[in-house]
Amino acid sequence: MIRFAPFALLALLLVATPAQAQLSVDVTDDSGTNSLKIAVPALPTSQSVSTPAGTTDELGVKIAQVIADDLRNSGLFAPTGPEGSRTITMSEVMAPQYPSWTGFEALVHGFVRSAGGESDITVGCYLYDTALKSELERKGYVVAPRDWRRAAHKCADAIYARLSGESPFFDSRIAYIAESGPKDRRVKRLAIMDSDGANHRFITNGQAIALSPRFSPDYGSLLYVSYIQERVRIFVYNIGTGKQRLVTESTNPTFAPRWSPDGRSILFSMAIAGNTDIYRVSAQGGVPVRLTTSPGIDVGGSCSPDGSRIVFESDRSGSQQIYVMNADGSNQQRISHGGGRYATPEWSPRGDLIAFTKITGDFNIAVMTPDGGNERILTHGWQDEAPTWSPNGRVLQFFRTSQGSSGISQVWQVDLTGVNERRIPTPLSGSDPAWGPLLP
Amino acid sequence: MTSFTRALMIASAVIALSACSKKAPEELPPPPVDTARPAEATPPAPTGPVKGSQADFLASVAADKIYFDTDKYDIDMADQDILRSQAQWLAANSTVKVTVEGHADERGTRDYNLALGERRANAAKTYLASLGVDPARITTISYGKERPAALGSDEAAWAQNRRAVTVTVQ
Repeated sequence: MIRFAPFALLALLLVATPAQAQLSVDVTDDSGTNSLKIAVPALPTSQSVSTPAGTTDELGVKIAQVIADDLRNSGLFAPTGPEGSRTITMSEVMAPQYPSWTGFEALVHGFVRSAGGESDITVGCYLYDTALKSELERKGYVVAPRDWRRAAHKCADAIYARLSGESPFFDSRIAYIAESGPKDRRVKRLAIMDSDGANHRFITNGQAIALSPRFSPDYGSLLYVSYIQERVRIFVYNIGTGKQRLVTESTNPTFAPRWSPDGRSILFSMAIAGNTDIYRVSAQGGVPVRLTTSPGIDVGGSCSPDGSRIVFESDRSGSQQIYVMNADGSNQQRISHGGGRYATPEWSPRGDLIAFTKITGDFNIAVMTPDGGNERILTHGWQDEAPTWSPNGRVLQFFRTSQGSSGISQVWQVDLTGVNERRIPTPLSGSDPAWGPLLP
Repeated sequence: MTSFTRALMIASAVIALSACSKKAPEELPPPPVDTARPAEATPPAPTGPVKGSQADFLASVAADKIYFDTDKYDIDMADQDILRSQAQWLAANSTVKVTVEGHADERGTRDYNLALGERRANAAKTYLASLGVDPARITTISYGKERPAALGSDEAAWAQNRRAVTVTVQ
């Protein structure tokens, strides 16, 4: 794999180079100078037939474009998509014409096949090493025509995983809050979308303020806070049926909902006579168990991947700081000891890091190890808030709010180098992104 | 109500406004024109607000809102005077229920600000209850940083947004 040395270097960068990453934080590395050059020509089809998502010819172009976009957005690749590549024939898919791809280190080929109409489409996905002239990966996906983007994300995931050694993450979804209207009367709607912003769908109509959504691990339902009936309460919204129910029956406000990693229980915060503590309740309902008892504000909470521990924030010391406790609430220990305030901790799905909002005047996205060590600031906006992990624990989304009377929030993404930062396109402004797991 | 208590109310309203201006709001809401109209004693003027209404409440109390320092929720002297005027109005309008809305400025994270707004609303509720208002007449709701009163991103705006607002339930 010597031809992939530049890429291996980037993979190392991903792991940790705090000092350099912080110094070059404003650099958005779209130049491709250090990225792997990879060609993604349009996927040919043996016979162009029409599907509800377009002809298989058109799908071949669109799928190649999504693959190229995913790879580019990861920050590790300099892809040339279907626009800049020559078209290939079906016979080339399994027998690449390597001499015609000089200047590229890797090559993606594939095909689209369909019996037409509503029938499933088959998408082939092949990855070649142009220097060694060898096949590195071969995958096939069968999806409904409307799910063609998922086939593209799966192919990009296979390429990313094969070349980086990391787990995939493109084929996943985001729940967030779509925002519109003036700062003092903002309309906030629950919405969902693919990890790249596509397949956007509003869930609530904006009549009541919606906040802090979380996808269930199986993507079947959403937790979120609604101000419907002028109260602050967490609902579980079933995406299949469109019905929702309260997480717990209480006259007290409930907020900051979180799923356990297995989806069987829900962490939430509840204020009784002004004192907020963290509770756990079965996802099926039942009597909540109180996990914290301090007179300070204990709020939020995010489980370690094995569910044995919970990271949360508390101002019991006098300012917002981050604590870890066992899943039953025992052994509460403060882990944040740097300057400033610490908020919104989220445990990485890999278990190795905790992402949080660091408040030292401005709000920045940062990470540290679960023992509070190796703190690194990744972003430098005026107000960057509430990180959420990609399924592979290598990328974070968060929301960035602009200063002043407009106060617009947008969803942004940054990788662990802090270098590859970009805005996620949404139809309206956006906040409170929550990344779901990799789709099966 | 005697003219002495009326004078006291006016005095406390003045104290409240002057004390308040130290920590907050350069853009304080305009002082109520008819600050000390004793609701229970005087028949409503033909053009005045209906007794027990939100307009009556606003016209009668020293202020409908109190302000807090960053991350704080204590009821200081100025707040006490304002809440006392609210408690007096509530005593004179014993069937009216109120909601206390707690708010935070934008320089806090969302969930924490919801908890902070809840703390502030409850601090106001607790003080009103200590003055004899039946707590069952007072509900609280936190808007966190979701409904700022001032739109700017500066200390003056933030000071106006760290507030607890008493609103009559009509």
